[in-house]
Amino acid sequence: MLEELGTNDQGDMIINIGPQHPSTHGVLHLVITLNGETVKKVEPHLGYIHRSIEKMCESLSYRQFIYVTSRMDYLSSHINNHGCALCVEKGLQIEIPARAQVIRVLMDELTRLASHLLWWGALAMDLGAFTPFFYSFREREMINELMEDTCGARLTMNYIVPGGVMMDLHPDFQRKVKEFLRLFKSKIHEYDDLVTGNIIFQNRTKGVGYISREDAISYGCTGPTGRGSGLSCDIRKLYPYEIYDQLQFDEVIETDGDSWARYKVRVGEMMQSMRIIEQLIDNIPEGEFQAKTKAVLKLPKGDFYTRVETARGELGVYIVSEGGSTPYRIKFRSPGFSNLSALDHMSRGGKIGDLMATMGTLDLVIPDIDR
Amino acid sequence: MTKDELKIKFESLQEGLNFEEGTEWLTINVDPEGFKNFALLLRNNNELHFDYLFCLTAVDWKTHLSVVYHFSSTIFRHEVVIKVKIEKSNPIVDTVCDIWRTAEFHEREAYDLLGVEFVGHPDLRRLFLTPDHEGFPLRKDYEDPINMIKL
Repeated sequence: MLEELGTNDQGDMIINIGPQHPSTHGVLHLVITLNGETVKKVEPHLGYIHRSIEKMCESLSYRQFIYVTSRMDYLSSHINNHGCALCVEKGLQIEIPARAQVIRVLMDELTRLASHLLWWGALAMDLGAFTPFFYSFREREMINELMEDTCGARLTMNYIVPGGVMMDLHPDFQRKVKEFLRLFKSKIHEYDDLVTGNIIFQNRTKGVGYISREDAISYGCTGPTGRGSGLSCDIRKLYPYEIYDQLQFDEVIETDGDSWARYKVRVGEMMQSMRIIEQLIDNIPEGEFQAKTKAVLKLPKGDFYTRVETARGELGVYIVSEGGSTPYRIKFRSPGFSNLSALDHMSRGGKIGDLMATMGTLDLVIPDIDR
Repeated sequence: MTKDELKIKFESLQEGLNFEEGTEWLTINVDPEGFKNFALLLRNNNELHFDYLFCLTAVDWKTHLSVVYHFSSTIFRHEVVIKVKIEKSNPIVDTVCDIWRTAEFHEREAYDLLGVEFVGHPDLRRLFLTPDHEGFPLRKDYEDPINMIKL
């Protein structure tokens, strides 16, 4: 894109941010048209980490393709696996044992917590505060360790499979989760002291990156981005899967539509995730952790679509089956992709320094966008 | 509205609609010629109010392509799936990115990977691949002897 650099005929400056830039959190390339410091246009260029996962899945069986999906949104890999497993189960009409359902929800919420913790630290770092990163990683490390005990991996879990979960929980799992909850609760005031109550942070996020509710719907914004604009879009509440309809938790909604609102939604969601984990951790039913399934899974002919709520929003898994042992066509509707498309709309007219705050509160994960 | 109520509503609005059987959500096959007007009906009818396009993709059926739209309403919480069958030799369908802004990126993706041309799209370029890339990778007849491993 080198030929695009320089100034255009209206005297606007055109600059590149990325693909190698710390605040794009990966290989995202933005071509920005600037009038002085004011952003006139933001144009994302994608594809630097495009692996064509959808094409790969067409030659993988219904058991194998789950492994590839961990590599999409690597911060909520459990939930990616979960969405795919649900879609395959919908096609095969398998009932999942109660124990597996509870384990899945527990893992989903721990993942959401870990993802939001990383976002919290990284956002503060984007805005120039370095310390919060170490605070959030201290807690996130505990989640990663207890995941490692049970799943054998820290990021790409491949733990949730069609029919249930891969293996039973580690004997230490409950003790470690409780220990984490106790420690996290005693540290939460530090989070508020450092960032939430920080007047510099508030001034840098309030009124920045505004998007209205109507525009959020039109751009397909979901997750905390949509809920920050007052749009009720939590799949766990609207279209409950597994045991979410039996759990007590609130959908966090803010109506301001700016970066500060999105910040408050994510911090609120961390509390709600803790609430869910607390309800479940002492109530994991005994029994099987996997339903009995055939060795080779074959989905009947037809279309299957499932939606799950990842840490970033609504993940849709669309499988077109021709009756064989591999999907005929698979499409992942990733939350980051739609959220990114609203970035141009959000940042027009703002300052280039505010672009980082807007991008930070969108919580973009580039492999999720590129797939 | 439930699936059956939606079907009755659609039948009262437009005659001769081609419904697909055995699907989870109401699925309607629409011709590319009448698609744009049908899309406007989905968005602007007060009882339908499909304001949220949550998935847009295309499928290569070897003989033809079909563009698949998943719509939902944030007020009524009902869903509908629209399938538009287009010729492989002339893969043209009207854009909907003036109605649902999210379509702008989704249509660029469908153009990039499946070669569907959306008429009226303001900026229809490749999204992931480089501008000089040849062929459309998600088509079934696509072959790349260097990078693709056949299983």
